[in-house]
Order: sequence, then structure tokens, then C-alpha cells
Amino acid sequence: MRLPARILLGLFCLLVAVWLIAPTIVVVPMSFNDKKSLAFPPSGFSWQWYQNFFSNPEWSSSLVSSLKVAVVTAVLATIIGTSAAFGLDRMKSRVSGVLRAVLITPMIVPGVVLAVGIYAVYLDTQLVGTLTGFVLAHTMLAVPFVIIAVSASLEVFDKRLETAAISLGASRLTAFRTVTLPLIAPGMLSGLLFAFVTSFDEIIVALFITSPYLKTLPVQIFSSITRDADPTVAAVGTLLFIATSLVIGAGLLVGSRQRKR
Amino acid sequence: MAATATPEISRSRAPADAAGERRRWFRGQPFWLVAPALLLLLVALGLPLAIVTLRSFSEPGWGLQNYVWFFGSPVNLTVLQRTFTISAWVTLVCVVAGYPYAYAMTIVGPRVRLILILCVLVPFWVSGVVRTLAWVILLQDSGVINSMIRGVGLSPIKLIRTQTGVVIGMAQVLLPFMILPLYAVMKTIDLRLMQAARSLGASPARAFVQVYVPLSLPGLYAGAIIVFILALGFYITPALLGGPRSTMLSTLIQNQVLSLLNWGKGGAMGVVLLVATFVLLALAAPLTRQPHKTGSRR
Repeated sequence: MRLPARILLGLFCLLVAVWLIAPTIVVVPMSFNDKKSLAFPPSGFSWQWYQNFFSNPEWSSSLVSSLKVAVVTAVLATIIGTSAAFGLDRMKSRVSGVLRAVLITPMIVPGVVLAVGIYAVYLDTQLVGTLTGFVLAHTMLAVPFVIIAVSASLEVFDKRLETAAISLGASRLTAFRTVTLPLIAPGMLSGLLFAFVTSFDEIIVALFITSPYLKTLPVQIFSSITRDADPTVAAVGTLLFIATSLVIGAGLLVGSRQRKR
Repeated sequence: MAATATPEISRSRAPADAAGERRRWFRGQPFWLVAPALLLLLVALGLPLAIVTLRSFSEPGWGLQNYVWFFGSPVNLTVLQRTFTISAWVTLVCVVAGYPYAYAMTIVGPRVRLILILCVLVPFWVSGVVRTLAWVILLQDSGVINSMIRGVGLSPIKLIRTQTGVVIGMAQVLLPFMILPLYAVMKTIDLRLMQAARSLGASPARAFVQVYVPLSLPGLYAGAIIVFILALGFYITPALLGGPRSTMLSTLIQNQVLSLLNWGKGGAMGVVLLVATFVLLALAAPLTRQPHKTGSRR
């Protein structure tokens, strides 16, 4: 590619990159605003919105609910999704192709349609505003991500390794535990993280099945935005950004160390 | 590592009996491994969608009255049309912004590539609701974008509560879904093919359009269809960034069910959205297959 074209492409990509990350970055300075407004650029400096997030029971209890739902969802979705990925891997390709397409439908069904249906079912079964209700809906939404992540590692996993272990005298369980599991663990871990994030960030279904007694963090953020201009939202956004950056940074570090080994 | 270790193992052991035993063991097993996921899908997805569909025909009385109402009301048809228009605009913006970006990812060095990938993934790190809030702040009349426009000496544009604002916000949320499949296909394209075309006398532009672009089409179609389908069902971004003149179908559905408690009408709208989604997917799926996939893998 010639130089002028390269520079033009570079500038264009810079512009797209700014557009992609601007909304993430803009939240950080706003969280230190000293007035109760969401104007940008903010004025002054204060920690009060962080204090408010941790001391106001409305915010802290929604964080706790979200963590509870997301942790249970991530564990359940990882178990169910990994098991399904194994099953699909061992089926005839035509059957597994159809089943795979069916199993990822939660990713494409319009959120509001699904939420209306789940709300209808939950009203009849008294699941509105319950932990079980949230976990059930979120696990269903998260399983496709686990299936995709684990299937990707199964694709590069050589099944003859397991057969070899069995032929050398290992029981099926031992072969699975000592040979298969360590090799697909990275896929399971990324599936687990995806499932956690899917649940932690889910809002549409949550808006329908929420109750005053059980509110997840995104619902609390949404109602805060629609109610008034409270910079606590910006503080939450900043904290989430830092937390995810740390997790992903740690993941990248572990990944690069493993590759070097 | 795995690839180098296995050929020895399979050579040293006669695989016939082990493989036979393995096949027997796996025959009944795979279905039971998938069963929990299918059961979950049936209970948490199949049942809710069945109820939505059922109520669209049965509430308040049996019949097609909800569909007659939906397709007979100009307001609904306007919103339906607008939902498709906004989704088409979002897809177009994502293609225009995503194609050069994904291409750049394939030609830069590993360090710049990591930065470009991180920029695509960063939007996933922050809660979707918070990101939409950031757009509200950036796009408002006294916001950063309008200050910049005024700084250059132009008259400010109304962005918040307009379709333009909704498209800007939605396209930013959906752009990663465009870039990632595009990049996945583009990185398998052999750049020497363009050199070959040039050495045979094609201009750089012609080599790109006639050799590179056709090879990247499966990724482009895959990205475009997923962006369009996700855009059709968008709810949070249009609800917060849009005004009454940029309402999308999802907002109407939510309104019918939660505010008006009208399950029949809301259900009929939901079925329309659902059918549109699946029809589009079925029509577009063949386009996303890579025709030369059977060849040697690189």
C-alpha cells in the first residue's frame, strides 16, 4: 500500500477507535463531579459519588444482588454449556449442526420479546423478583457463550490423547480429569467469564422481572438515569471499567506466560 | 504441543479395538450431555415464546384481531418501517467504519494489532446502560460534540432525541459484532493474491476490489446480518437516546405489556419482530458460508 493511502487508513482507524472508546472514557472524569449534574466537562473534584455508591443501601444492595445472580449463573452456565459442547463434539456432524443452531438462538431472539414471555411465565409461577427467576433466565442467555468458547477449544483438542490415556489403563473419569479437562480449561474459563458478564450486564429481562426486593445493578442504573442526573452512575461505570480492566489484564498476563512456557 | 505428540501414540498402539470401544461408549452418551441445555432452552426460551405467540391470538378473544389492529394502524406501520430503516442505517455505518478498520488489523504489526483489538473490546468492559448514558451526555445540545462543532464555527446540530443520535449510539454498541467476524475472515486471505493480480497488470484499486473484496464477503455478510438482527431488537439505546419520533418496535412492545397490560397487542408485535428476525436470518445464512473452506488450511 502506498504511503498516502496508509496515512489515510491510519487516521480513519484512529477516528473509529476514538468513537469506540470515547463513551467508556468519558464516564471517568464525570464521576468526580462536585455538583449533582451529569454535565461534561464536569466541575470541581470530589469522592462523594463513590461514597454514595458504597453507603447508599439502594446501590450497595443492587450490587450484591447482581454479584449473587452472576456468580450462580456463571457456574451453572459453565457446567451445562461445557457438557453440551462435549455432546455436540461427539455427535454426527449433521445432527450437531442443527442442535448447535438451536442452542444459540438465545443470542438472536429480540430481548424485549423474550422478556415479555419470561415475565408472563414468571407471573404464573411466582418467580418475579426471585433469585431463582433471575438465575434461570440469565443461565439460558449465557449458555450459548459457554458452548461457543468450549467448542472452540474442543476443535483444537486431539481426542486421541484421551483414547491413549484410556488404552494405557486410566479409567474414563481419570482420563477426563487428568487429560481432557486441563487442555480445555482455558475455553471453560473464558466461557465462565462471558457467562458472568452476560448476567452482570443483562438489563432487558431484568427490567421486566425485577421487584423492589430484588434489583440488579443495571436496573438500578437504568432507573437512576431515567429519574434524575445522579453522578453515582458515573462512579459505578468507572468502578466497573477498572474491575474489568484488572480481570482482563490478569487474563492477558496469564495467557502470555502460558504461551512462553 | 498436542499436534506433535499424538501421531506417535496412534502409531505405537493399534487403534482398532480402542476406537471400537470408544464408538460404542459415545453412541448413547452425546444426547444426554446436550439434554440439560436443551431442557433449559425449552423451559426458559421455548415456553415464554410459545406463550407470547399464544396470547397474540387469544387475548382478549380468539382470532386475528391483534394482527388486524397492528397492520391496520398507520402509527404501527410507521414504527415498523422506522425500525427497519434505523437498523439499515446502523448496519451501513458499521460496514463503512468496520471494513477499513478490520483490514487495517490484518496489515499492521502485532503490537498495533493488540491495541486495535483492545479498542474493539473495551466497549464490552463497561455496562451497556452506562455507555448509553455516556452517549446521552456526549450528544446533548450543550455536549462535547456540539461544543466541538461550534468551536469549528458551524452551527450546532440537534443530536439527542433524534434518529441520527440513535444511529450513532447503536452503531457504536454494535460495531464490534461487525469487526470481529470481518477480521476472522480477512486474516485468512492471502495478501499475495493481490500482488499476483498487480503483477498481472491490475491497478492497486482494481486488485483490491476484484480480488480482496470478494474473498472478504462471507465475513462482511456475517457481520452485517448479525448487526442488522441485533439492531432490530434494540431497546435500551433507542429508549434513552431517542425521542418520540425515533421510537422503535421494542419500545412499543414494552409499552403495550408493562404500561397498558395489553398482552394480545404486545404479543402480536413481538411475533412480528420474531418472524422478521428469523426470516432474515434464514435468507442471509447461505451468504455467510466461505466457499473455499474445504481447501488447505493455513
